[in-house]
Amino acid sequence: MNIESTLRADRIWRNVIRGAGLFLLIITAAIGIFLLYRGTGTFTIYGHSLSEFLFSTQWQPADTLAGGGHVGAGIYIVGSLITCALALLMATPVSIALAIYMAEITPSVGRRFWQPVIEIFVGIPSIIYGWLGLTILVPFLQKYTTADSGFSVLAASIVLAIMIFPTITSVTMNAINSVPKTYRQGAYGLGATRWEVIYKIVLPVAKHGILAGVVLGLARAFGEALAVAMVIGKMKAFPKSLLDPTVNLTSAIAADMGGTMEGSEYNMALWTMALFLFVISLLFILLIRYITSKGGNLSESK
Amino acid sequence: MNFKRKAFTAMAVASVLTLGLLGCGNDSSAPANSQALKGTITSSGSSALLPLAKDAAAEFKKKHPDVSIVLNGGGSGTGLKQVSDGTVNIGNSDVPAETKLSKEKAAELVDHKVAIVTVATVANKDVAKAVPNLTKQQLIDIFTGKVTNWKDVGGPDQNVVLVTRPTTSGTRALFSEFALDKNQEASNKSLETDDSGALIQSIANTPGAIGYVALPYLLNNSSVTAISIDGVAPTLENSYNGSYKVWGFEHMYTKGQPDALQKAYLDFIMSDEYGKKLEAQGYGVASKVKQ
Repeated sequence: MNIESTLRADRIWRNVIRGAGLFLLIITAAIGIFLLYRGTGTFTIYGHSLSEFLFSTQWQPADTLAGGGHVGAGIYIVGSLITCALALLMATPVSIALAIYMAEITPSVGRRFWQPVIEIFVGIPSIIYGWLGLTILVPFLQKYTTADSGFSVLAASIVLAIMIFPTITSVTMNAINSVPKTYRQGAYGLGATRWEVIYKIVLPVAKHGILAGVVLGLARAFGEALAVAMVIGKMKAFPKSLLDPTVNLTSAIAADMGGTMEGSEYNMALWTMALFLFVISLLFILLIRYITSKGGNLSESK
Repeated sequence: MNFKRKAFTAMAVASVLTLGLLGCGNDSSAPANSQALKGTITSSGSSALLPLAKDAAAEFKKKHPDVSIVLNGGGSGTGLKQVSDGTVNIGNSDVPAETKLSKEKAAELVDHKVAIVTVATVANKDVAKAVPNLTKQQLIDIFTGKVTNWKDVGGPDQNVVLVTRPTTSGTRALFSEFALDKNQEASNKSLETDDSGALIQSIANTPGAIGYVALPYLLNNSSVTAISIDGVAPTLENSYNGSYKVWGFEHMYTKGQPDALQKAYLDFIMSDEYGKKLEAQGYGVASKVKQ
């Protein structure tokens, strides 16, 4: 009797969990299908070509059901790529250095103090980064550089870099921590210095984990809308220098989606941007899976 | 096996129902009653008109406590499409229905001009001190990117920084039609801001910046300076008497003639009594315009 009811509870809970998992899968799939349905409207309903969307720089979609505008998102795509690349360039070396410091040089303080601090950083809402950028960084650039307004590629990249560095740091730190102790002991036993251990043993072994962290950071930077939108200036032109404003995909969606009419060409073009972001982030995720699966045998060799 | 499947189905159904119920939490429709004013008005559209609609709805509800008014933003285009589809009772718009809908669909809608909104050119204080007035041609040259330095229009040697609104903005549509004579702004030379509050802040912080906002945003704000066009200051009085041209009607559309409840709400917004509150918020009373 008792066993019977325990078994029943077992079954019920198994199904609850299964239902929750399935529900999540359905939601994700539904989002994908919805984006695909909406995002392809630009091509199927309004008859634009994919190459026009990707490579043209003429962005004048008509906010009517008749259409007839231009949907070249080239400037937006380039804006997203430039800001993310710069952010990565700034954040990666600092993040890796910090992770090495925390994991290898002061491991006890690192684990007890630095790690929680970094994790708090990960949880700060992006609007706060954007707000700090808008009230401190932009006026600073305006005052102390030749920039006219301070809204610039540089401001956007710095804000993004600050946002993604905790992500890269904490993933890198986990990767370094999962390098088996015996590797280090072996290297020390052979007379290697600490630098040699870090440089020749720890980093190469943790390589895949670190790369996964960098891609994760990149994915976050690419999808970030609010903080970037506040400091990039949203000027529809290619930037000629780091101090010029430009525009990116996410801020265009955030700014214009609310003002367009449901189903109009403009609206559809923004959905296409959203679909493009979705596809890119899927690619990033596949890339992370690929990278980590290559380094996956690490834990088994412990 | 059979039991397992049933239990699973039950769980799935239960979870879907729960979510469904959560989603319906704010649906408070009451049956319409012909004697006293009772029932629900749904409305969506222009975000520029939303604060006004909210305030009017709150005042209206004080008088008629049994009426519930559901307000949503979504932009002028959304408001027009939804009222045309019958999704909402009233569609709020900064622009005439003909500009967004097809001719046949627009003809089904009845326009109620509830207010006017005046759009003012504003500039950073430093520049505005030297250039308190621009001719229309100068204004067009500045916004189309022909004039890039303030010294060309009598100001200091300072680069012009254009701060504008997205192409979907009703304020931008008004400004471009009446201040720029339908010339398009140089969007490859202008910074774009999502809302008028942020635009004012950008202009206040950036030397040489110029942009435009609706008058309600300037009401309690002295961080930027309004600039006159051809010597006429952007005020409600000048809009009423026709000397200042950059203003437009705020529209509330109904599909066909409004029913008793909708009519009472619209009449209330256009009443003299509420008109005073309109002006206190920086909007203009539509009936005061001399045409």
